[in-house]
Amino acid sequence: MVEVTLWGSLAAAAEGNSKIEIEAKNIRELFERLRERFPQLEPLMDRGIAVAIDGTIYRDTWSKELPPGAEIYLLPRLAGG
Amino acid sequence: MNFDPSHSKRSFSSVGTRPIRPDGVDKVTGRARYGADFNMPGQLVGRILRSPHAHAIIRKIDTSKAARLPGVKAVLTAADLPDLTDGDAAMYDILDNCMARKKALYDGHAVAAVAAIDARTAKQALKLIEVEYELLPHVTDVDQAFAPDAPLVNDTIITTGLDPKPDRPSNVSMRSQFGHGDVDAGMARADFVVERTFKTEQTHQGYIEPHACVANVSSDGTADLWVCTQGHFVYRQHCAQLLGMDASKLRVTSSEIGGGFGGKTHVWAEPVALALSRKAGRPVKLVMSRDEVFRASGPTSATSIDVRIGALKDGTIIAAEATLRYSCGPYAGSWAEIGAMTAFACYKLENVRTVGYEVLVNRPKTAAYRAPSAPMAAFAVESAVDELAKKVGMDPVDFRIRNAAQEGTKASYGPVYGPIGIGPTLEAVKNHPHMKAPLGKNQGRGMACGFWFNFGGQTCTDLNIGMDGTVSLAVGTVDVGGSRASLSLVAAEELGIDYALVRTVIADTSSLGYNDMTDGSRGTFSSSMATISAARNAIKILRERAAQMWDILVEDVTWEKGHAVAKGETHGNLPKLSLKEIAAASGTTGGPIAGHSEIVADGAGVSFATHICDIEVDPETGATKVLRYTVVQDAGKAVHPTYVEGQYQGGAAQGIGWALNEEYIYGKDGRLQNAGFLDYRIPVCSDLPMIDTQILEIPNPNHPYGVRGVGETSIVPPLAAVANAVSNAVGVRMLHIPMSPPRILAALDA
Repeated sequence: MVEVTLWGSLAAAAEGNSKIEIEAKNIRELFERLRERFPQLEPLMDRGIAVAIDGTIYRDTWSKELPPGAEIYLLPRLAGG
Repeated sequence: MNFDPSHSKRSFSSVGTRPIRPDGVDKVTGRARYGADFNMPGQLVGRILRSPHAHAIIRKIDTSKAARLPGVKAVLTAADLPDLTDGDAAMYDILDNCMARKKALYDGHAVAAVAAIDARTAKQALKLIEVEYELLPHVTDVDQAFAPDAPLVNDTIITTGLDPKPDRPSNVSMRSQFGHGDVDAGMARADFVVERTFKTEQTHQGYIEPHACVANVSSDGTADLWVCTQGHFVYRQHCAQLLGMDASKLRVTSSEIGGGFGGKTHVWAEPVALALSRKAGRPVKLVMSRDEVFRASGPTSATSIDVRIGALKDGTIIAAEATLRYSCGPYAGSWAEIGAMTAFACYKLENVRTVGYEVLVNRPKTAAYRAPSAPMAAFAVESAVDELAKKVGMDPVDFRIRNAAQEGTKASYGPVYGPIGIGPTLEAVKNHPHMKAPLGKNQGRGMACGFWFNFGGQTCTDLNIGMDGTVSLAVGTVDVGGSRASLSLVAAEELGIDYALVRTVIADTSSLGYNDMTDGSRGTFSSSMATISAARNAIKILRERAAQMWDILVEDVTWEKGHAVAKGETHGNLPKLSLKEIAAASGTTGGPIAGHSEIVADGAGVSFATHICDIEVDPETGATKVLRYTVVQDAGKAVHPTYVEGQYQGGAAQGIGWALNEEYIYGKDGRLQNAGFLDYRIPVCSDLPMIDTQILEIPNPNHPYGVRGVGETSIVPPLAAVANAVSNAVGVRMLHIPMSPPRILAALDA
């Protein structure tokens, strides 16, 4: 079980929850559980989400493990110039 | 500073040196081939007809006269680009932007295109296309568009990020919010509060090379696209999807690039060129005019930002909030979201809240521009921070040092920071001679901080060792700022050979695995990681070949300074083998030697900078002159310091232009008034002083050499640094950018 913090827009689509306890070993499982639990998140997740684990941002490494007790933060997938 | 010391303690041989760039001679002699320099036998000239109206329903397009004109080989409208996006809203917006379908949404929106045997015929053909418009009310200003009674720009957009979700369309495509703590309680405790509203106008990246491509679709369905772009793999994906092609059948080759800065991360006319070629059965060359670049490729957002910051008497910021409204053109975007994330990222704040609103306007689709969205947010916040420091009675540098984020700080956008460089850049600025230099009459000094995320992404690299011992490195990240030199240095470093023996090329999309585009300051960061990995794979093979040549176990072979060295009591006397010797024998030891790497380069390190600006203002005319400018920025590790300095200087130069003169000016008719470099004023050499730089190196622990991205952060602080300098020079807080002479005079008269 890990605790995940959602940013404002994502929280709005997750029934107002800014923090969620969820059973997930890695980023892939986290995304699957989120989609199951909050179908309204689907469009935002399709647009792209990054995951910060203890401060390091992961955009594409879905196999990245979520260590118990880690600070896990969902962020929008960023654009650059 | 608290960071992993193993990176900074490493001694480098090649990395950190300043060799001549491999593409330099061709570029200064005119031999380098940019987007418009490529031609094919039998190619046609493509041209695009654009809407003269800011907002209009397209009732009818009659292309029959144009199609009958001798020399015209294809005429195209949205009907030739059917919607194949399968419900993908973002792709549909790209399609609609490439060729308007039901409505023209801005002055310059493409409505039809032709391919003809020469430019004159193509131009004539455009004049023969008859478009029947029904004009609609338009809105081009971000604040006016935000108002509830504004004309509706795009009736398919319903605001996201609200709970409950609205059921009617509006000009706000998205609301996003970040922050933590209790801002209202914090603000109630504040001894000093600054509350201001700031505005910035829309700017263009100002790249010198207009968009250009040559498209060639063969009768068997395969196609080639030669194009100036920051991301040829992404262009392939987008063009293939929009045209209903298999991506593997479209080969995209990136030309040299005459500047992009984010503006060449999006497709504009390339799908149209491919569609014209498919219809005409011949290659089509399509080059945008400068007017088209301004009117129909992506500028930045115009913004309107409210900031409120409170501090205690001891100089601690106790609460901060910002409401940011960013224009995004007529399609949904996420620029305000990024502005909301970056606004307070430099500071350690207990109570912080930012709310971003994405606002639709009848202007061209907004595109990325170097740290997209961050400069405007930094302008607002850093201006308010400067004013707050004065209220508290502290030096603006000391005030920022007191409140600077550090390792372990919870960022305003959420996660905790690892090792970061905001504190060190501020300390460097505090001690810099620039801060102590005297100022004269009508002169002011300003400083400001800036932040950018940086990111990595999908990256693929091939490192091939020739039989002569030279190395060819094929990468898929377009070289927009000297990355070929940097990556050659990295390959040389890993292999232990001379830089001159490595040649880095940008491979086309059929020659290498997928690569994300060169944006997010990822080019050197991600491709250097992949190069290191590829080189280490090649070294493994080099050791195996050496072992074979010596007839010993590979475990007894190490790689040192470009040579295989036999280890152990029984092999210690064997003379070492150079890379060149092993390569020369490769034909008989197992064939070519190469190393490959396919990675997701996650773990980019965030980046901070602090800038200082001295400026003189003529109080009679409002004219400004930048007297001195200094950039201090953390590079993590500067692979090629000269190019890092160049990035710092380039970002500062663009930021100065943005701060002082550049802006899109729209008439009441909704049409752009200054679509050219005569009327849209970017800085020239005589407008700028020599920009001094200081590179700091706080290593990114997630990169083998400690590298962070450097390309974008340098444009974040200048708007605020210049605004603070002007405000100090004239004694009036400047709230509106650009600070052109009329605006400065208006501020003085207010």
